[in-house]
Amino acid sequence: MSKSVVIKGGTIVNPDGQSRVDVRIENGKVVEVGANLSADVQLDASGCIVSSGFIDLHAHLREPGKEEAETIETGSRAGALGGYTALVAMPNTDPPQDSIAVIDFVREQGKRAGLIDVVPSGCITLGRLGETLAPMAELAQAGVTLFTDDGVGVQDASLMRRALEYAKGLGVTLAQHCEVAELTKGAVMNECQCCTDLGLPGWPSIAEELMVFRDIELVRITGASMHFLHLSTARSVELVRAAKRDGLPITAEVTPHHLSLTQELLSSYDSVYKVNPPLRSAEDIRALKVGLLDGTIDAIATDHAPHPRRDKEMSLDMAPPGMLGLETALGVVMAYGDLEIKDVVSLLSWNPARIAKIDANHGRPVAVGESANICVFDPELVWSVDIERLASKSINTPYVGRTLRGRVRHTIFKGTPTVIDGQAQK
Amino acid sequence: MKHLRSIDELGVDGLVALLQLTDHMAEINQRPVPKVPALRGRTVASLFFEDSTRTRLSFETAAKRLSADTMTFNVSTSSVNKGESLRDTVATITDMGVDAFVVRHKSVGIPWQISQWTKASIINAGDGAHQHPTQALVDCYTIREATHTQRFDGMQITIVGDIKHSRVARSNIQAFSMLGAKVTLVAPPTLLPPDISHWPVQINHHLDDVIPSSDVLYMLRLQSERMSQGHVPTLREYSEQYGLTQKRVSKLKDSAIVMHPGPMNRGVEMQIDPSDVKNSLIHRQVANGVSVRMAVLFELLGTGSSLGGQA
Repeated sequence: MSKSVVIKGGTIVNPDGQSRVDVRIENGKVVEVGANLSADVQLDASGCIVSSGFIDLHAHLREPGKEEAETIETGSRAGALGGYTALVAMPNTDPPQDSIAVIDFVREQGKRAGLIDVVPSGCITLGRLGETLAPMAELAQAGVTLFTDDGVGVQDASLMRRALEYAKGLGVTLAQHCEVAELTKGAVMNECQCCTDLGLPGWPSIAEELMVFRDIELVRITGASMHFLHLSTARSVELVRAAKRDGLPITAEVTPHHLSLTQELLSSYDSVYKVNPPLRSAEDIRALKVGLLDGTIDAIATDHAPHPRRDKEMSLDMAPPGMLGLETALGVVMAYGDLEIKDVVSLLSWNPARIAKIDANHGRPVAVGESANICVFDPELVWSVDIERLASKSINTPYVGRTLRGRVRHTIFKGTPTVIDGQAQK
Repeated sequence: MKHLRSIDELGVDGLVALLQLTDHMAEINQRPVPKVPALRGRTVASLFFEDSTRTRLSFETAAKRLSADTMTFNVSTSSVNKGESLRDTVATITDMGVDAFVVRHKSVGIPWQISQWTKASIINAGDGAHQHPTQALVDCYTIREATHTQRFDGMQITIVGDIKHSRVARSNIQAFSMLGAKVTLVAPPTLLPPDISHWPVQINHHLDDVIPSSDVLYMLRLQSERMSQGHVPTLREYSEQYGLTQKRVSKLKDSAIVMHPGPMNRGVEMQIDPSDVKNSLIHRQVANGVSVRMAVLFELLGTGSSLGGQA
């Protein structure tokens, strides 16, 4: 029997409203909600929000293949510290997640770490090469619900159409990394005046938007469900808004960094700001925020992309794209997102749980009988990143020296605290 | 001044001061023994990750004429090919005792990155398509010398060719504008950066339109790989539209001068031998390169001691 836990003095935020009550947890479930509860372990939540644990739809855990950057264990710990109780592991591992063997390995490593539900995504195409379909039916039978070639988009429109048709039969969702590769050869940063001055090859918005448009139309003719990863441009938001108005089964995410950082940061020559898709303009940020408020964008996902220091210590063109996200997502979203608490929880937990189809146990209301996957965070705490204290194996975060607001205090995963007072418990 | 990485960083006062200092260096270069002890005991390391003949030789000659010791880091024989990171390479050479690095690299921003890893001064000898500040200094000095003017107010300078991929163009546009020139860029839209509205330049896609009004015609090199990338259909077509021909030369003002940063693509942007162009300054550009780089090295490494004396 695990120890019983009580969360005391916090404010529960559920889809149907807020209430200031204690929460008692036993054997992985919420067993009591009310005043003056007690238990073996008491977690102070005064001044804090108590919500369902966060779900990251987009985490690169680098295992297997690039354990120098991150492992499933270190990534899980980073996730727990960020208030996450589940994350979708992206398939661009080595070998990639296109076989039962690799999917099982990732899931097992997640269980071994025991800090978070690691939900492996599957590849759309074999080896993420964009040539032939991965064994999607077999992977779906093994529980994979989200398929993507993330890191690259499926370039071949015909193959993408077949993939959507095939996915529809399986009831799974395809997630697209929207980037027309011909338009981004050698690209380093958004095509803009700053890019002109630096003499760098530009990464035009249209490289993303063309594929968003293509895939919306493919969804229209196939009826399959589709999730757009890390949208970054104003026009992409418009396209998705119109598609949703037409009733198409489409969802979309944005990252915390695309809500908070702009293209001009690249003029520091610091490759920590190189990310795919690239940081865009202040105008794009405004449009993404409108998309969050009006429901066009369903989720905030980190695109957590650890890279070892020696890889990032290269020139802008040579350094790999990507930045850390799991430990800072809440603080960035609260500081930069201009969102109500309820929207924050919706975008970080309730909606992504549905998109990943793990909403039986995640993204649930904090209520009696529900699985105890819970995040307790202080919405007002102002903090900044201490690079020495990151749980991630890598340090490629752009938020050092930036003021964040809102910090995770406790995380409870399947009834057991994985984080207490900001400290990982294992 | 600690580094010379971009014209922007130098600023107009720094630019003018260096051009004036170059006059002194030019005088030294006229002497029977063109060498002074100004930088004795200083060490300048050339760190060239891209092929270059004239720029590297120009810097090394400049350093030697100021009595600095020189070190050449040749990329083909270097540890970079053995997987050593750039940072390690810089740290290693710094440990040997280096006062300045002259850096050329195909990647934008390398001079700024390197300056975080060493206390030595950094001179940018070309980073990607970004900056080549000493070339701009050379070009400004050469125009100044030819026109006997300190500033370029009212001067019409036309830069022709592959602006998009040119670090020379980026540095020169800044430098020429700082000195008061009106700069016109001539290129097909595919060889211009996509968003250029904030640059202090006029754009024209037809060379023949601007030839008669140009005081300086600055030709850029077109690399043949631009064809395979779809920037121009064929070299022949480019050459017809944007190359310097005898016919175009004949339409230049009598006083107009022609420049090229080298190396020239004969038969492409230069359909005519430069020696057939009356006011070609191409050879002056090379000659002035040494004086300008002496000025830069002295400015960064000199201790204010006199430039006189014998080495």
